[in-house]
Amino acid sequence: MFKFIGRRVAQSVIVLFVIITVTFFMVRFAPGDPFSAERKMPEHIKQSLMAHYGLDQPLLVQYGRYLGNLLKGDLGPSFTGTRSVNQILAAAFPVSLELGGWALLIALGIGLPVGIVAAVFRNTLADYIPMSMAMVGICLPTFVLGPILALVFGVWLGWFNVSGWFMPLDRVLPATTIGLVYAAVIARITRGGMLEVLSQDFIRTAQAKGVPFPRIIVVHTLKGGLLPVVSFLGPALAGIISGSFVVETIFQIPGMGREFVNSAFNRDYTLVLGTVILYAALITAANLLVDVVQVVLNPRLRFEDS
Amino acid sequence: MAMKVLLNCHFRRLAAIAAAVAAGLLLSGCGAGLPNADQGVEQGVLLFGNGAEPKTLDPQRATGVTENRIISVLIEGLIAYHLTDDNLPEPGVAERWEHNEDASVWTFHLRGDARWSNGDPVTAADFVYSYERMLNPAFPGEYAQMLYIMENAEGYQNGEVADFSRVGVEAVDDKTLRFRLVGPTPYFINMLKHYSWFPVHPPTIEAHGGRFDMSGEWTLPENFVGNGPFTLTEWRPNQYIRVTRSPTYWDRDRMRLNEVYFFPIEDGNTERRMFDSGLLHVTGTVPSNDIPSLRRDKPELINIDDYLGTYFFRLNVTRPPLDNPLVRKALNFAIDRKAIVERVTLGDQKPAHAFVPEGFNDYPNPRVLGYDPGRARAYLAEAGYPGGEGFPSLYLLFNTSEGHRKIAEAVVDMWNRTLGISMQLENKEWKVYLDAQTHLDYDISRSGWIGDYMDPITFLEMFTTGNGNNDTGWSNARYDELIAAAFRSRTQEEHFDHLLEAELILLEELPIVPLYWYTRIRLTDPRVRGWYPKLLDNRPMKHVHLAE
Amino acid sequence: MDLKNPRLSPSAQRLPAPAVDLDAIESGASLWQDAWHRLRKNHLAVGSLWVLAFMALFCFVGPLLSPYDYFATDLEKTLLTPSRQHWFGTDDLGRDQLTRVMTGGRVSLGVGLIATAVSLLIGVVYGATAAYVGGKADAVMMRVVDVLYALPFTIFVILLMTLFERSIVLLFVVIGAVEWLTMARIVRGQVLSIKKQEFVEAAVSLGYTTRRIILRHIIPNVLGVVAVYATLTVPAVILLESFLSFLGLGVQPPMPSWGSLIKLGADNIQLYPHLLIIPAFFFSLTLFSLNFLGDGLRDALDPKSSKD
Repeated sequence: MFKFIGRRVAQSVIVLFVIITVTFFMVRFAPGDPFSAERKMPEHIKQSLMAHYGLDQPLLVQYGRYLGNLLKGDLGPSFTGTRSVNQILAAAFPVSLELGGWALLIALGIGLPVGIVAAVFRNTLADYIPMSMAMVGICLPTFVLGPILALVFGVWLGWFNVSGWFMPLDRVLPATTIGLVYAAVIARITRGGMLEVLSQDFIRTAQAKGVPFPRIIVVHTLKGGLLPVVSFLGPALAGIISGSFVVETIFQIPGMGREFVNSAFNRDYTLVLGTVILYAALITAANLLVDVVQVVLNPRLRFEDS
Repeated sequence: MAMKVLLNCHFRRLAAIAAAVAAGLLLSGCGAGLPNADQGVEQGVLLFGNGAEPKTLDPQRATGVTENRIISVLIEGLIAYHLTDDNLPEPGVAERWEHNEDASVWTFHLRGDARWSNGDPVTAADFVYSYERMLNPAFPGEYAQMLYIMENAEGYQNGEVADFSRVGVEAVDDKTLRFRLVGPTPYFINMLKHYSWFPVHPPTIEAHGGRFDMSGEWTLPENFVGNGPFTLTEWRPNQYIRVTRSPTYWDRDRMRLNEVYFFPIEDGNTERRMFDSGLLHVTGTVPSNDIPSLRRDKPELINIDDYLGTYFFRLNVTRPPLDNPLVRKALNFAIDRKAIVERVTLGDQKPAHAFVPEGFNDYPNPRVLGYDPGRARAYLAEAGYPGGEGFPSLYLLFNTSEGHRKIAEAVVDMWNRTLGISMQLENKEWKVYLDAQTHLDYDISRSGWIGDYMDPITFLEMFTTGNGNNDTGWSNARYDELIAAAFRSRTQEEHFDHLLEAELILLEELPIVPLYWYTRIRLTDPRVRGWYPKLLDNRPMKHVHLAE
Repeated sequence: MDLKNPRLSPSAQRLPAPAVDLDAIESGASLWQDAWHRLRKNHLAVGSLWVLAFMALFCFVGPLLSPYDYFATDLEKTLLTPSRQHWFGTDDLGRDQLTRVMTGGRVSLGVGLIATAVSLLIGVVYGATAAYVGGKADAVMMRVVDVLYALPFTIFVILLMTLFERSIVLLFVVIGAVEWLTMARIVRGQVLSIKKQEFVEAAVSLGYTTRRIILRHIIPNVLGVVAVYATLTVPAVILLESFLSFLGLGVQPPMPSWGSLIKLGADNIQLYPHLLIIPAFFFSLTLFSLNFLGDGLRDALDPKSSKD
């Protein structure tokens, strides 16, 4: 197992390097630059600004310098703000991590039980009703669910603040918005996975042998049934943490989602790279975790890799 | 059943982690309890929606209104904002001033009790230092052009003049500042209200990286030194900026606000919800579809003020058929601006009948444009496209925004139905849009322009040949002459005469389609006092206060 | 085909004894016929098929029958609630909502269909191949997926949109090109577990080519999970399009899509709820139908899933 992890970590470093390089050159090809604005500044000032940040050097030189700084842990200055990229990410990442964590808890806490129950009581009301309610989470995207929750629980009932990230209770509405959407997806995938396993012969064998049903579910079915969920969770985890742009905008949360999207729109090259690196590291780690858990859950897999 | 054991282990571990996280959260998450609107009134704390996170708080690097609102409470210039009328000056750091006969040499006398927040007196040398910094070729001050009105300022910035003492600003003594301008400038006072003329505190700058340092370290709350009514206390990026009443400000005894929170809320609906749930006193905007019902049901909350700006479309006159003035006229007269303002934007904006907005004292805004479909069709026919036949399909470019989209859709449909043509829409994201506009890679492009200071020339000078903000490809020699003459006029009257003539040329040739003049629409808590409609939306926060 | 479960369809039972004609025994025809037969018995799935057919008609034929154009503004009649002239009311520029919902459906259904198909195609083949082949090739293939996953989607879309100007079809392809990554991962996970099952070992020992094994043995068994995930991809894709419009990178106005209509509705929930409720209803109805259809497909395609 440790050889496997070691191999994967080595591979991840290469992957990260490729990602950084591709992104670095990709952002330069998008039209526009960090300093273009509605009010034009004189050309020589623009040149001065570009020179100040080293943006007038040939691309390869800039690339080299960036890598050099990266190795020292310096992600560079942000072109559109006062803080450095390190400072921006250091502030935004924990926020997103927390928001994502709560959202995931809600998603799993609702989605898993609903999916399992629906699979066990398949094609009865105990299947249709929870699954239909779960569907609502898929049909109502975050930019609809968020404002509705904020309106009902924030403005009308006054139970929570409609926005902000100051008090502990401020976490509830945004995490629920994201959590409900993912709960629906997880419920569906869980149900599907559980049904796959439940239809297999060894389950029938166990039933024929007289094993009590609950034990069948927990001991025999769960780990196989949860497999697709685990596969899904890997990228979903990283996605929840950094892709919460809409929720962060609606609830005014200083997280990474907004930095990720806005930096692209502002052509803030260093910030784009910074967020991408963080995001990529997250995904790689999440994928690795998921692969390990997959094998733990399904001993037949072993550690399938070169 | 190793699996069972494993699962149990995992669950137990998970539960433990969850409990730890929850505990940590409850303990640490006790952030500062922000005051709500009611508490704000009791404590004298204003909660203000500022629209976006400011990019910088350095007056020599700032370029936007968002930045200005905060900078102008932290730093005060020679001339401050008047309480009710943006046309009038209000003494700031300068308590009195005079100029020579042709208004090309101005002398300002600084007040004795003007102090920086660390106690240092504000001196004329501070201003000279600040302007040198802004104009120094090694410093990329994006708004440096505002200072070109000083003699040799432009020369200093592009390197032709090496010695700053030749530039037209001089500290005659500690409390006297003298300007030599390129020519007679009767409206110089109005220009000085702009933040590019604000001073910075030299020792602070020098202590944090020097004049050309780009890191903005000196603007952090622990370092910031300003001379304005408030000091920078807290800066939580993307959450809020908090400023506190300054103990060293010369006019502090008249102030009745203790603190201001600036919230950088981008989403209009979020802001509305914050206001409705009592978390804000003043919002930055109001979602347009909410305006009619608010005006009907809660008129005491909604505040609509005229704003010095024009919403218009640029026409790329280098591309046929837009190179034909008749076509441009047709486009102008085919739009029912009143319907746009009353049905689409809904904010009581003023349909534009010229380009320069109304609101200047003594400037006779011409009345040229209007809605006349018959006339528009006649122009189009005369241009060779009767009934729209043969007219190519052009694209109206706009940058992503609900508001722009609505207006563009409405206008394009008006053009198509009235003129029988088939225009289309092109929505591009901000930087791509800017790029396209700068490189004349568009047919028609949505634009806006807010006045920098109270003079019509800030609207008209951009259409001179080759001006960086022209972006239409339009060029007219007589127009250029008139604008140049306006810069040299000796009296306000002469100045306005030149500008009016220039505007009339602009309105005849129409390289643009002015749509309406802006308004600022806000939700305001009725307990906010000292808040007057200002054309430039520059509010002297020191006069604002909260009362039941 | 499951050699242990001899429930062949009636027609196959009547075939003459084969002289080891592998193709006849294994021909896809009987699997699909079997599946179709099972699907027809699932009332919910059939009902959903009808609903989807109606939806397609509604969206593609409906606008032709409407007296209004989807782009025709009428500034005197903005924000009207449903009435005789406008069955679904009007939007904030006075355009007929019924026509716009129908036209928007074209974009959303189109995106749903094409982008999902693209992502399905690429994802299933890629994931199955990677898992089946295993070893170094698998590692490399999945690392490529990792790289593509981490690339900033926004920049990528901006670049593509600028390079290829204003093309709806390109939009669909771009969205599909992003979604296949997750599909590939899920399929790979499934295939990895199937790979170890006995019937695959049987096929290998019988000497079948990798290609045949993947196409005839592996993929049909993966279809269950794929069907479920495909029905999750469709709404994700439709919403992704609306997110792109929200950012200015989606379908060009005045062309609506259900996503952009729902977004407009969400901004005006308090005052003009009809703007949200109606497009959201159609959107949800379509998704529910896809959901039940997907379940039905999964049940029908899984040779072992029986209701006894």
